[in-house]
Amino acid sequence: MNSGDKALATASAAAPVIVALLLTAPILAGLAGTLIPAFGYFPALGGDTFNLGGFRMLMAEPGIWMSVFLSLFTGLAATALSLAIVAAAIGAGGGTRTFAWLTRLISPLLAVPHAAAAFGFLFLFSPSGFLSRLISLELTGWQRPPDILIPNDAWGLSLIAGLVLKEVPFLLLMALAARGQVKMAESRQLIASFGYGRLAGFLLGIWPLLYRRIRLPVFAVLAFSVSVVDVAAILGPTNPATLGMRLVGWMNDPDLSMRFAASAGAVFLVIVTLVSIIVWLGLERIGGMCLHGQCGTGRRFARDGLARKLGLSLAGLVALFNLAGLALLALWSAAGLWQFPDAVPSGITLKSWMAALPQLSGPLATSLATAILSTVISLVLVVLLLQRAGDTGREMKAGQWLLYAPLIVPQASFLFGLQLLVLGSSISVSLPLLVFSHLIFVLPYVFLSLSDPWRGFDTRFEHIAFGLGRSRWDVFWKVRLAMMLGPVLTALAVGFAVSIGLYLPTVLIGAGRLPTITTEAVALASGGNRRVIGVYAFLQTLLPFMMFLTASAIPSLLFANRRAMRH
Amino acid sequence: MADGLVLENVAIALGGKTLLAVNAHVQKGAVLTIMGPSGSGKSSLLALIGGFLDPVFTASGRVIADGKVLTDLPPQDRHAGILFQDPLLFPHMSVGGNLAFALSAEFKGRAARRERCEFALENIGLGGFYDRDPDSLSGGQKARVALARVLLSEPRALLLDEPFSKLDMELRGQMRELVFDKAKVRGLPMILVTHDPSDAAAAGGEILRIG
Repeated sequence: MNSGDKALATASAAAPVIVALLLTAPILAGLAGTLIPAFGYFPALGGDTFNLGGFRMLMAEPGIWMSVFLSLFTGLAATALSLAIVAAAIGAGGGTRTFAWLTRLISPLLAVPHAAAAFGFLFLFSPSGFLSRLISLELTGWQRPPDILIPNDAWGLSLIAGLVLKEVPFLLLMALAARGQVKMAESRQLIASFGYGRLAGFLLGIWPLLYRRIRLPVFAVLAFSVSVVDVAAILGPTNPATLGMRLVGWMNDPDLSMRFAASAGAVFLVIVTLVSIIVWLGLERIGGMCLHGQCGTGRRFARDGLARKLGLSLAGLVALFNLAGLALLALWSAAGLWQFPDAVPSGITLKSWMAALPQLSGPLATSLATAILSTVISLVLVVLLLQRAGDTGREMKAGQWLLYAPLIVPQASFLFGLQLLVLGSSISVSLPLLVFSHLIFVLPYVFLSLSDPWRGFDTRFEHIAFGLGRSRWDVFWKVRLAMMLGPVLTALAVGFAVSIGLYLPTVLIGAGRLPTITTEAVALASGGNRRVIGVYAFLQTLLPFMMFLTASAIPSLLFANRRAMRH
Repeated sequence: MADGLVLENVAIALGGKTLLAVNAHVQKGAVLTIMGPSGSGKSSLLALIGGFLDPVFTASGRVIADGKVLTDLPPQDRHAGILFQDPLLFPHMSVGGNLAFALSAEFKGRAARRERCEFALENIGLGGFYDRDPDSLSGGQKARVALARVLLSEPRALLLDEPFSKLDMELRGQMRELVFDKAKVRGLPMILVTHDPSDAAAAGGEILRIG
């Protein structure tokens, strides 16, 4: 073996261990760091005995059970609604031109950070938002914004809607990535030949298989939604707020003894997330039984034209609201005078951008550095991990759950502990630390994005190259990676987008000393200055979007004369 | 030691069940044809010789070519050239790039390497195709480039995994002739895996039926 081959073999053999450590160590340490203070032990704050004081403080908090209920309700509803919209869209439209068009419209929305999508929703639907401006003069005669509580409605309905806007693109792309494995096009034709309507045929014959493939992403969506902070800070109820939101409040409370309550709350959040998963498992059962029962009746539901139109239009609305929201972010960032109830601003100006620029550059640099470093490190590790899996020919069943752990364990529950550990140790808050905390969340998404194309690679190309006498090093770089350039760049763009949009790790591990455009944007929510919010949230969307654009442009430039590389 | 390719007590098993057991000596320029239904493990024999047998199989025995024990070597040092059903030209390289990738690094000089590849293309009736996109070639042209590519790498043996099965009738005859002729001129031992009896007849060598 030459030196390159050896380096490659050693690195790929080490990759699984490194990744396992990188993901489990911070989660376990973080959970411990949350659990111990939750039971009263935190010498720096004067807690040197184990007790239930933290939990008592937690239970004494007003409206705590309402917060728990809101977290469960919004999380479950957002997940169920997103999933239903995705199923309806694929069922009603799968294989049609409209659907292909819709997919092209929705896929880039994956790049939109949660906070930006939430702000877009806010600018569209709030009482003084675009829609109310649009209808106010002609229909309602509103001269002042109506007194409706959107956002921050007590039931968290705007929070649910904001989450749905963001999770539908994610789940749709996950489902589309899995459709090859369930032979969707063939199954659809077969089922149609039995006389089933498109929608019913899909739900009865294909959805159960497809759902099984996207179950992990669905759990990730559920866990995220139950414990979400950034979207809740922008759209969520306030009196009381969801559990995740309140935790952050206690964590930042000037009264340091509230840290005990916060830690107890974080433990509580894990339990609430578990409960939500148990409820979801129950819903899965019921849904499965309903579908199963329907299968036996033989009813075909062949006339489903109306239902299909409805199914497609829901996903269409999600795309529309997202895009309109983003357009409004851009518009507000450049708006001159824009009084209610004018539908459009009186003029366009770069004043807001010029004014924001001096404060913007620091957070922007932090965002970019963190995103680039965490994504590149993740990519290297994921490629080595996949290379290793290909060499040993073993399926990574256990590994897959491990990779999903950071997405399913509520972020707050272990990030709190990590923050306390960092504060309590001599480690200083620095960029490497922030990069490390982002890695935990970026790596799973990079893996998610790259693993299917990587496994789908025709290994005969490599066999041929070996037969031609080329070294492992050559085969890896000149055949595998060169041919996988497109998916690799897409995975980079996905990782970059995740890092740019990450809120909680940034705000907790950065401890306020390393602001990014995302933490700044969310912090602006309470101020309500739409122009500044527009600048930050639009920029937050623009960066990942440019990355996706670059990722798709590079292969088509590089392989301009290689037709087979461009689809 | 004997010339050509020797399969010495080669056996492949899957989950304790032996799929095939072979003892054979393929002379230089001769063809050993392996026939059997799909799933009988005939392609896994080629994978074993090439060095990329899926780890779910267990293999035993030795494969020797030109006095070298291939089964002791890593895949890249075996020089067991392979042709699959599909031409599998590297889609990110030009036609000439595919050939240059196969040419040994010991063949020095940029201009000399290009000249060598251009010559190989002329040899298969594709002179002037060096800078073309492989995807712009016809099926027959791709198959010929794949053949030129594997021959340029100066293999010790040629492994043929149903390489003619996707070509239409007319092309199939031509391609067979071309492959067998070129390999015979170079004195390459060949193993042909197929389920088409006319392939076996055209090969004209020993036939081994498995499964």
